[in-house]
Amino acid sequence: MVEYEPVIGLEVHAELKTASKMYCSCENRFGAEPNTLVCPVCMGLPGTLPRLNKKAVELAVKAGIAMNCTIQQGSYQDRKNYFYPDLPKSYQISQSERPLCKNGYLDVLVEGQRKRVRIERIHIEEDAGKLIHDPQSGTTLADYVRCGVPLIEIVTEPDIGSSQEAHAFLETVRSTLKALDISDCKMQEGSVRCDVNVSLREKGSPSLGTRCEMKNVNSFSGAVRGIEYEISRQLRLLTARETIRQETRRWDDAKGLSTVMRTKENAMDYRFFPEPDLGLITVPEELISRIRSSMPELPGEKLFRYTEELGLKEQEAKIIAFDTEKARLFEASLSSKKASARTLCSLIVGEITKFLKDNSCEIRDMRLTPEELAELAGDTEQGRISSSSAKKVLKELLTVGGNVKEITKRLGLEQDSDPESIKKLVTQVIAQQPEAVREFRNGKTSALNHIIGLCMKASKGRADPAMVRKFAEKLINDKEV
Amino acid sequence: MTVSQLRELLLGRKISAEEILSAHLERVHSSQLNAYITLNEEALRAAQETDRRISSGEDLPPLAGIPVAVKDNISTKGLRTTCASKMLENYVPPYDAGVVERLKKAGAVIIGKTNMDEFGMGSTSENSIFGAVRNPRDPSRSAGGSSGGSAAAVAAGEAVLALGTDTGGSVRQPAALCGIVGIKPTYGSTSRSGLIAFASSLEQVGTLGRTTADAALLQSVISGPDPMDPTCVMKSEADLSPEKGGLLGLRIGVPEELFGDKISDSAKTAVMKALRFMEKHGAVLVPLSIPELRYSVSAYYIIASAEASSNLGRYDGIRFGHSSQDHGSLAELCRNSRSEGFGREVKRRILLGTYVLSSGYADRYYRRAAAMRKRLCAGFEEAFSSCDVIASPSAVGTAPLLGQQRTDPTELYTSDICTVSANITGLPAISFPCGSGESSLPLGAQLIGRKFAEKQLISAAFAFEELTGGFENVIRSGGV
Repeated sequence: MVEYEPVIGLEVHAELKTASKMYCSCENRFGAEPNTLVCPVCMGLPGTLPRLNKKAVELAVKAGIAMNCTIQQGSYQDRKNYFYPDLPKSYQISQSERPLCKNGYLDVLVEGQRKRVRIERIHIEEDAGKLIHDPQSGTTLADYVRCGVPLIEIVTEPDIGSSQEAHAFLETVRSTLKALDISDCKMQEGSVRCDVNVSLREKGSPSLGTRCEMKNVNSFSGAVRGIEYEISRQLRLLTARETIRQETRRWDDAKGLSTVMRTKENAMDYRFFPEPDLGLITVPEELISRIRSSMPELPGEKLFRYTEELGLKEQEAKIIAFDTEKARLFEASLSSKKASARTLCSLIVGEITKFLKDNSCEIRDMRLTPEELAELAGDTEQGRISSSSAKKVLKELLTVGGNVKEITKRLGLEQDSDPESIKKLVTQVIAQQPEAVREFRNGKTSALNHIIGLCMKASKGRADPAMVRKFAEKLINDKEV
Repeated sequence: MTVSQLRELLLGRKISAEEILSAHLERVHSSQLNAYITLNEEALRAAQETDRRISSGEDLPPLAGIPVAVKDNISTKGLRTTCASKMLENYVPPYDAGVVERLKKAGAVIIGKTNMDEFGMGSTSENSIFGAVRNPRDPSRSAGGSSGGSAAAVAAGEAVLALGTDTGGSVRQPAALCGIVGIKPTYGSTSRSGLIAFASSLEQVGTLGRTTADAALLQSVISGPDPMDPTCVMKSEADLSPEKGGLLGLRIGVPEELFGDKISDSAKTAVMKALRFMEKHGAVLVPLSIPELRYSVSAYYIIASAEASSNLGRYDGIRFGHSSQDHGSLAELCRNSRSEGFGREVKRRILLGTYVLSSGYADRYYRRAAAMRKRLCAGFEEAFSSCDVIASPSAVGTAPLLGQQRTDPTELYTSDICTVSANITGLPAISFPCGSGESSLPLGAQLIGRKFAEKQLISAAFAFEELTGGFENVIRSGGV
């Protein structure tokens, strides 16, 4: 039985976060009324000419540097010609022959393994409009708001070996673009999209199999499902000794299957040629070195550091590393050296993330400061506050703000570690639980936990659990009751 | 009358701008030339504005009160701009072309939009849904093209000046055939914003006038930077007014390739006589060869058609322009709108351009043409090491009879040999009358210069004009 392995390449399109569009001064904003934010240039009126948005080039260069690419001087734009009613000029200004960024890579973490995905190119291009088909009236409406919105397309080498790797790559790309303020990467707004190329080959073979390209992949989870679907489809064909045809397929995420869009014979001929309305792109060396020197530690690098140096678990580390604000909070609170990375991590990944999700808000909307988070985490570690009390304090810190000491006091949550008071508490509980005491004495150790639990409950969580345990054991064994 | 004469009369209050306009309009209305497609209803208001300025003693901008015609592929806000095509028969641009803004600022009275070959594709101004333009020197003949309407209007006194566009000779050749001056500036010296694109990397807005100084003045007005056109690289305004002594020590290169079999004997003879005349008046003739010129027409038609096939894709019947009533699907709407909206020559060029860019053919055609373009540029560069300007006939002969379009389009394309190289290389060129041929029809000489050397070309033509007693004299007397 021949064993096959998948070979996957990705093309990620991300809308750039510029104030204006790629080739005109129309505002670049999502969600405007149909056919507003347009002008003669982005509507492709006769005689109009494109003017390249410098900021878009800068953001693309930033992406290129973040992904270890060479920035090519004298890159230029090409026209990609095809007819479609959402494309007003009948060509998309893109880059074919000489893209802005070339030969980069991005390291991603997949189940504990470092995986390098080479990036063939990153180029700039403009977005098209949208057609809205109205099934009731049978008409098609065109909305040109999105025309001319600046995009980068990140094209990988076929280095990806599984849907998990693809997912890890996509997540790393998204967090990188977000961290650098290059793109919003909002899937639901279509500001990041991807095309997937999949082929299979005999395991270990150096040659590549026939590939299929899948379009209309609108989410990262969709990419995973699409890739898995395509792998099993191709595997089925190969196993049945059928040939795989080179084709472009359309992924239908709702149905969970892909259908043929066009075959190789019907492949589009885009008739690329250099855009005569725009000149060569020169990127000032000064800009490149400025971007390079101001490049922060990127989410992918953070993830490696968190897992390798701080010993965080991959999944938890990812939640922090891939979220700029969480990472900032984490690192600022860690730097106070009041608490360990693990404790901080579990607070951020646990309570804080849950709170943000439940209240659909962001860290920047919260009153919590890194200092107080560190303080709270430290108190937890030192046993100065119980975990249930810590949750209450954290909620106060998030919503009202203030400092840990004051809140703890105000809410009456300071830990009770007075031996007399604890002894009294435990004595009372034991007196009411003769059955549990007997069980424990007969060797059922879990009965002790029951008693401890009741003590904690009676103290409303304030009693020092370690001290409670100590007294409980002592008092029961002393057979004083 | 020239611009400076009219300006003097205006300033002396001997004539009003309104009178100048109505005299021109009278000629337009009684004309058989079919030079105009649309007249500008705002012209009167512009003329009156000049008169108001004069009566209130305000400064007059350089073209105040001067009737200027604008080729109908240059966008004019609120004024129909058709490209002589059914596709844009009812298209009214929402913005002014960069050069039109400059015209207005200079006080020009835009009299109307001139007839042309559809989308600039042709060299006889017969490919127009509004009918052919007639040559004022002989109405049975073509005015040349594609800026035939602009050339005819200026030659016949239906405008003082005109804007044309020159993609492969479309200003210079009709100027030559109508016996006037035509300037094609350096690529990047005038704004293309609002010029309805045919071949973006080749075309520029050029000017037509009855005298060198007139055309030069208009060219000065329209040249200069425009933030709406990044390929317009001019950093400042240009003063292209002619200087004295333009022929003294001027080294004129005479490339054998532009005096070959394709050119009529009368054209070659007239141009050579003019060059000898210039030599007598201080110029130096330098015989030379630019072998790459032999491939210039092929390279030109490949590049121009390739760009046209892309530029004209936007006419799909959806947002503007002709929209077919006969369609059942989006694809049919696009197909039928284009089939109905474009004329034969336009379709031919779109097909040709699509073919030369197609995968599998682009290497053989488009890329080879692009490589040839580089070689031609290098050829000119080298030629300019031994001369200052390069001379040739502006056209292969005198104005052809209307309706004589040859059945073989490549033969017609070949007639562009004199002019296309300036477009491929982006170099400036001027055409001016240098004599006449059969039936006293005018012939033109062309000078091509180094990049941004317009003033040198203009000064040379101006010197010839002065020394010969004016271009009308040159044409009437058959040459020098």
